[in-house]
This record gives sequence, structure tokens and C-alpha cells, in this order.
Amino acid sequence: MTELLRVARVDKTFAAPPRFGDGLLRLIGRAPRRAALRAVSDVSLDMTRGEALGLVGESGCGKSTLGRVIAGVHPQSAGRVLLDGAPVTDAAGMKTTTRVQMVFQDPFASLDPRMRVGDGLAEGPLAHGLTTRAGARDYVGAWLDAVNLPREAAGRYPHQFSGGQRQRIAIARALAMQPDLIVCDEPVASLDVSIQAQIINLFLDLRRRLGLTMIFISHDLSVVRHVCDRIAIMYLGRIVELGPGAEIFAQPRHPYTRALIDSAPRLALDDATAVFRPIEGELPSPLNPPSGCAFHQRCPRAQARCRGERPEMRTIEAGREVACHDPL
Amino acid sequence: MSAPLLEVRDLRTEFRTRAGALRAVDGVSFSVGQGEIVGLVGESGSGKSVTGFSILGLIEPPGRIAAGSIRLEGRELVGLSHRALRGVRGRRVAMVFQDPAATLNPLLTIGRQMRLALSAHQALGAEAARARCLAALRQVGIPDPEARLDSYPHQFSGGMRQRVCIAIALINEPRLIVCDEPTTALDVSIQAQILSEMRKLVRETGVSLIWISHDLAVVSALADRVMVMYAGRIVERGPTRETLRAPRHPYTAGLLASLPAAIPPGAPLSQIAGSPPSLIDAPPGCAFAPRCPRAAEPCRAEPPWSEDGARAARCHFPLEAGAP
Repeated sequence: MTELLRVARVDKTFAAPPRFGDGLLRLIGRAPRRAALRAVSDVSLDMTRGEALGLVGESGCGKSTLGRVIAGVHPQSAGRVLLDGAPVTDAAGMKTTTRVQMVFQDPFASLDPRMRVGDGLAEGPLAHGLTTRAGARDYVGAWLDAVNLPREAAGRYPHQFSGGQRQRIAIARALAMQPDLIVCDEPVASLDVSIQAQIINLFLDLRRRLGLTMIFISHDLSVVRHVCDRIAIMYLGRIVELGPGAEIFAQPRHPYTRALIDSAPRLALDDATAVFRPIEGELPSPLNPPSGCAFHQRCPRAQARCRGERPEMRTIEAGREVACHDPL
Repeated sequence: MSAPLLEVRDLRTEFRTRAGALRAVDGVSFSVGQGEIVGLVGESGSGKSVTGFSILGLIEPPGRIAAGSIRLEGRELVGLSHRALRGVRGRRVAMVFQDPAATLNPLLTIGRQMRLALSAHQALGAEAARARCLAALRQVGIPDPEARLDSYPHQFSGGMRQRVCIAIALINEPRLIVCDEPTTALDVSIQAQILSEMRKLVRETGVSLIWISHDLAVVSALADRVMVMYAGRIVERGPTRETLRAPRHPYTAGLLASLPAAIPPGAPLSQIAGSPPSLIDAPPGCAFAPRCPRAAEPCRAEPPWSEDGARAARCHFPLEAGAP
């Protein structure tokens, strides 16, 4: 297995947006100091070619930001993102490679409504010399075949397609750039259950046929478990648990992972399973994260140490890492 | 058995479009008893939300209730004047929407919004009104309600905002609350908190809920009875867990089979072929037939209800009990 992606100690902070009056304050020497939002903190992970990694967590945990940093959409604030040993963004924060592509959640927003599907699919490959004007038609056709859309789709506009078909178009557009890695940010979250199954099957099929390496970002544990080999659970900007999906589901080691699995709704077929097991409390604000372990206020196992000292990610058995002082 | 709290008969709600009348709800009948949680499940465009909006009299032109009857506590709501409806809405039946950020007024404190909802129906003194607001906030599990009355919506998290919306729905002590995907926009840990509180609320106050959702798992754990909608019609209904254990309608069975949890990781999911039909000029017969693995010649005619105790499916070839 060859290593494809290396994410080493990546941070991503967003400066607070400027507010009305900041300039005036600065003029009189009282520039406001506002906390920057640290969306991703000290994340490290590796991926081998052909692997599918799931990034899971609640809203605000940093999973989408991490996905975008890996895809070179946002430059990281610290640390390194290397694809085959080469950085994904240059010193100025510009993306340097077309070998990572993204698929977004909402196919109604991610496709240009005024561009024919075929033109939209050919735009990137033409700009980067992956095809020629003369060959574009066949090139686009082949990628439409890959996502099980008819070739006639190329001549139509996005609004003529249903949500599931549009997501297929968005996937074809990412694939047409012949990436080594695709980052899919909640690609099935806005689809109906029956359509969701079609798209998940498409991903499974593409993985098998093209040997796709994939990061799959989702809040839905059952979807990630189905599609991915390994899963990273994030909480408040950090990965708190990382390991093979089957093992994490069978035996989570971080109390947050356990709580997240328990609170996810599952089909209840008798009264005994028709119970809700919520996690106490609310997600803390990433602008003002708690001291020590970010989960300690909601954790049933929290001790004095968890309040003061942040647990580092450590390997507790082969292939499994967890950031907890007292893992399950 | 006493008369049900809500009785909907042959409801038909249409929207006028350039292409013709779009029949969003096409002959829906059901009832809701006191203290009951009824799940209304379906995919987008199945008519589940329009059914909820119709009950509240919230269908605006170009939409209209073309036919049918909606009786709440024995009183007919279809055809009521705007003025008369306003006396019912919020008082006898309330609604909670999917997006609490869009439901609340960002410029008013939540205390003020709650008092407005209260004063629309009841004349209470300042002290009594405040006490009622605090009680409603406590009922939905908002900590420290005295301090939160003077907060603005943006000072609440998404989950807390939805609790405020539920508190506002509760404030006039309605008999029925129509909940339209109220936890869909929330994280699972917060969703589980709200679901368990809703169940407690129903037990304590005897209010009835219509819970509209696309999420079978949520409905399976919450609802006493479930109704599955497809293309504007109810295609299956029955006690929730019994129905989901052994569905009779092929559409319900297809939905259940397409859940990732149903099979081992990595295996292809069972999928329902095709996509939902257009609701304009729908051909007669079963709307699901073009996607149905069991479809045959008779499916071109209107499918009959096949009833079996509390359960019923609208299908020419319902699945047998115990069949996969």
C-alpha cells in the first residue's frame, strides 16, 4: 500500500470578520482584539491509495473545514498537507494541483445553472489539457457513462435534472479532472432515502471500478460506516478517535464516539429499542473552547485531569488512535 | 370509542401551475386521537408537509383545498373564514417548522414573541403571562428560563431555538401540534434530546402530535402510528413498529430496504429504481407501479385498501405477513 495523503499537524483558523467602526478604533489607537475561530486544531492523518476515509462529527466540529483544507480550497494556517509528498497549496495559499477534487452537499448550488451540463463537465479538463475541443464530447460522454447518466444529458441544463441526477453530474465533474483523491462533503445529505441509496451505490461502484481514494464527510454514521474503511471522529476541531469503521462501531474507545453512536436514531422495530439516548448538554462554542479535553463537560467519565490537561492522540492498539485520558 | 381529536376525510389540496393543476394531496383520510403521536413519512414531494399546512389552513394561492373535510374537535375547518381560522390556529392546533431560525423574529426577544402568541388568544395580566411563558420554557427543557426570556434568537443555539419554537407552540395549550421535520436540521445528539422531551410532553399534557418526517428511524422510535405517503396519497398505515417490522406496501418495504443499516457495510444497497412521478395529470391507478417490482396489469386501476385490523395498505398485491 502506498501512502497518498499526509496531513501533518494541520491548524485552520479564521480571523474574526471586520466590523463597522474597526477603522475608527484603530485610528485612535484602540484596535479591537477579537478571538480568531480555530476551526481545525492539530489534525494529523495519513491515507493510502484506494482507501475511503470517513470524517464524522456534529455541526461545527471542523469536518468540512478539514475537507476543504485537504482539497486546497482553504490554505491551512499551520502544518502541512502533502499529496504524494507535494504540498496541495503553495506559500501564497493558492492550490497547486488538480489531483484533489470536491463534491459538495447541495447539487442545486454547486452546478452553474446557465451552463449546459456538457460544457460544465468539459470546462476544467479543457483548461488543464486533459482533453481537446475536438475530443471533449467523447470525453464528457465517457464520464457521464461512469455515473450512469445518458450521454444526451450533456446538452441539457442542470434545472432539467432531479436532485439525485444533479449529484451524479457533480460527481462526474469531479471525476473528469482525473483526481487521485476526491473529497465528498455530505454528498447524500440533501437527498431522499431512495435516491440516497442510488448515490451510495454509485460511490461503492466507482470505488471498485476506478480504485478511487475518497474522503467522505458526513454527520450520518450509518452512511459513513457503509462506504468507508476507516473513520475519523471529530469534536470541536480535533480528531478524537481514528480507526477502522467496523472496529469503531463494534467497540468505540472515546466516550464521545460511544455517545454519538448511541444518540443516532436507528430503526426501532420493538418497544425496547424505541429509546432515545441523548448526549447531555450542548456543543461548546469553538470561539471559546473548554480547557483540557473539549468533551469533558458532557462526558460521563470526566475526571479532574480531563479539565486541566488536553489528551493527545495516541495509538492504543494497532491501527486505532484515541485522544482520551481514560478510554473505554 | 370517543370521537377522534382530528378527522381528515378525502382531503385534496391542489396548486395551480402553468402546466395544469398539481395535486399535492390526493384524497387523504386519517384521524388522530388524543395524546397520540402519528408519524407522517414520505420523500420530498409526497405531500406530507402540504397535508400539515392544510390542517393549519396555511395553504395560500395558487394553492387551495379543492375537496375534503378537516374536523378538529368536531369542528369543520375547511371553508372557515380567515378570521375564524385565526381563532383556531395557535389556540387549538399549532405548528412547529423545520427551520427555527426562519420561524423566530430576530428583532424581538423571545419573551416578547411568546407574549405576542399568548395575547393573540388570551387576555392575561403581565404577571400571569410571564408565569405562563416561564412554564412553557421549562416544559421544553430550557435551563434558567428567567434569564432567557430577555434574550434574542441569535443568542440561542439551533437546538435551543427549536425548543423555543416548541414552547411558543405550546403556550396556548393547543390540543394538537403539527411538527414539520422539527429535528431534521439539528445534530443527532440534540435531536435525541428533543425527541425524548417531546415524548415526555405528550405523556404529561395529553397533547397530540402529527410528526412529519422523511426519517424512518426517528418516526419508528417516536410515533404510535405511522402513515406512509407517496405521490400525494397515504399508501400504508398502521401501528408504527408492527408496520415497519413487516411492511405490506412494496414502497414501504423498498424504503426500509434502502437504509444503509439494513445490510453489512460495503454491500450494495437495495434501491428503488426511477424517481417519483409528476403530480400534474397523473395517470389513474397506482402511482408507485412504474417503480414497483410487484407491479402487474391490475395496477393500472385504482388500488383498493386491504385492511387487516389496525393495519392497511393501498395495494393490489400487498406483501404477505412474514414475507421479505
